Amino acid sequence: MTLPRSVLPVATVVAAIVAVWYLAAVALNMPWERDQAARAGTEVAFLDRAAGTMAQERPVLPAPHQVVAEIWKTTAEQKITSKRSLVYHGWITLSATLLGFVFGTALGMLLAVGIVHSRAMDLSIMPWVIASQTIPILALAPMIIVVLNAVGLKGLIPKALISTYLSFFPVVVGMVKGLRSPDRIQLDLMRTWSASGSQTFRKLRWPAATPYLFASLKIAAAASLVGAIVGEMPTGAVAGLGARLLAGSYYGQTIQIWAALFAAAALAAALVAAIDLAGRVTLARMGFGR
Amino acid sequence: MSVTAPAVGAIRARTAGLLALAVAAVVAGRLLLGLGGGALYWLCVLAGWGAAAALVSSLARLADRDRSWGRAAALAAPLVFGATLLLLWEAVVRGADIPPVLLPPPSMIFARLISSPEILWADFRQTFLKSVLIGYALGCGAAFLTALAIARSDFLQRGLLPVGNFVAALPIVGVAPIMVMWFGFDWPSKAAVVVVMVFFPMLVNTVEGLKAADRMQRDLMRTWAATPRQELWRLRLPMAAPFIFNGLKIASTLALIGAIVAEFFGTPVVGMGFRISTEVGRMNVDMVWAEIAVAAVAGSAFYGLVSLLERSITFWHPSQRR
Repeated sequence: MTLPRSVLPVATVVAAIVAVWYLAAVALNMPWERDQAARAGTEVAFLDRAAGTMAQERPVLPAPHQVVAEIWKTTAEQKITSKRSLVYHGWITLSATLLGFVFGTALGMLLAVGIVHSRAMDLSIMPWVIASQTIPILALAPMIIVVLNAVGLKGLIPKALISTYLSFFPVVVGMVKGLRSPDRIQLDLMRTWSASGSQTFRKLRWPAATPYLFASLKIAAAASLVGAIVGEMPTGAVAGLGARLLAGSYYGQTIQIWAALFAAAALAAALVAAIDLAGRVTLARMGFGR
Repeated sequence: MSVTAPAVGAIRARTAGLLALAVAAVVAGRLLLGLGGGALYWLCVLAGWGAAAALVSSLARLADRDRSWGRAAALAAPLVFGATLLLLWEAVVRGADIPPVLLPPPSMIFARLISSPEILWADFRQTFLKSVLIGYALGCGAAFLTALAIARSDFLQRGLLPVGNFVAALPIVGVAPIMVMWFGFDWPSKAAVVVVMVFFPMLVNTVEGLKAADRMQRDLMRTWAATPRQELWRLRLPMAAPFIFNGLKIASTLALIGAIVAEFFGTPVVGMGFRISTEVGRMNVDMVWAEIAVAAVAGSAFYGLVSLLERSITFWHPSQRR
């Protein structure tokens, strides 16, 4: 068998989580069942009540299969353009995420190149880049959205800006580390070849930074998605996964909340996996790991 | 050193000159604004900006060369940069007459900050002292204990690490509405969001850290007939400390975000997230910015505190050497 060593442990852990989830669903949804039975004045057997906890309309904690059914209903059985389709909402979130991710990556790279090449930028900007992340930007989200709406920017851009703010940081930190990763001896070799500053950058620093870049891109993509989801909340729950979360919490539609959460998780996993794949291919073609 | 000595003197003189120029530009700009702005005002702003930029690069050079003032210059460079940003913000907002509803000038935010301390303190207490700190302590503590419990089982580690890494990358703030439904509107629901948010990053880092002690070191402990408890206290935990602090630092910024965002889903009428979302609706933007300033200072101080603790506990680690 060529199964990776981690398949069995991971499967065990996931199975344990699902089992705990079912038990928790029975425990948490039971009071409502008991209440219903008491109101109807009937005595319902424990097993019947337990079965009832699996199929409530608005459970405290929906059972896994209810969430899966909801996801199936809102993806496969709806037209993609329908407002009831999770694919539609997911796409809106994804487009803001990607735009913010591209902005953030570009900004992060520019800052990193500046920081590595200018001592003044290193000294003056780097502390603020770090401090910027201790500011809970997500707290700013409602205001950024409202203000940009007032200026006339609507839809994608405000959300993307929040994603940008969250995603540039890992790129700056990773790229600065990567661009500085060439040894003294390698830099000296470039000098003996009388390489110019831009040649050293293109042929030594940039390639050396590529593995660091992909590692930070994965973090940046996940952060960007969080930014897009939170950015969708204050606009009044129009569209997107964040809006589904908010609407679900207004109307007590727990199954809808969990379905949106799972869609967000799947989106995050897909983004990270895509970047991971791109990174592997790129690095292999550049000759890393040979 | 005899070659660089005059150069340092020259850079010092230049730095002092640029500082004087930047201050003069600020004063002149303030006066010109009183006279009604105009092209001369913007010229002054530009000149001040240029002087500040030159000042920063001059300070950077001083930081590398000057022995007596170098550390002060290295400290001053980011401060000058930050002050320049604030002054430019102020200058542009006032000069271009941007309505305060869109972007209030820093001076207005500061005025709000010192004029309504009771509201800010009440919000700070609700959000930071209750939700954040309690959630942070519970979440990190639970993750730490879980990591200790599974540290002895290779099977569980191989299963939990990929799952933990996966969950740590998920948009966990999304559980906020669920937690508000389960635990009600007051701080326990926010603390619960914080617990869920910090748990997995902390767990993953601690488990990594507990694996940091290598075979040789563990064998050495065994030759000394160390009990498992002694091995944990004397070897594994100290080796894990840098990883644990990394997790604690990541968790410290996540905690504040989690608590504030969770308040968007329903709170009693106090709390930083509540204040931000309602004051945005009432167009009291200066209050919003004041809350954000408080959050930024609290977040930075929290992070700084964890860093200080790290420095005093893991002083032996290479990354802490100066």
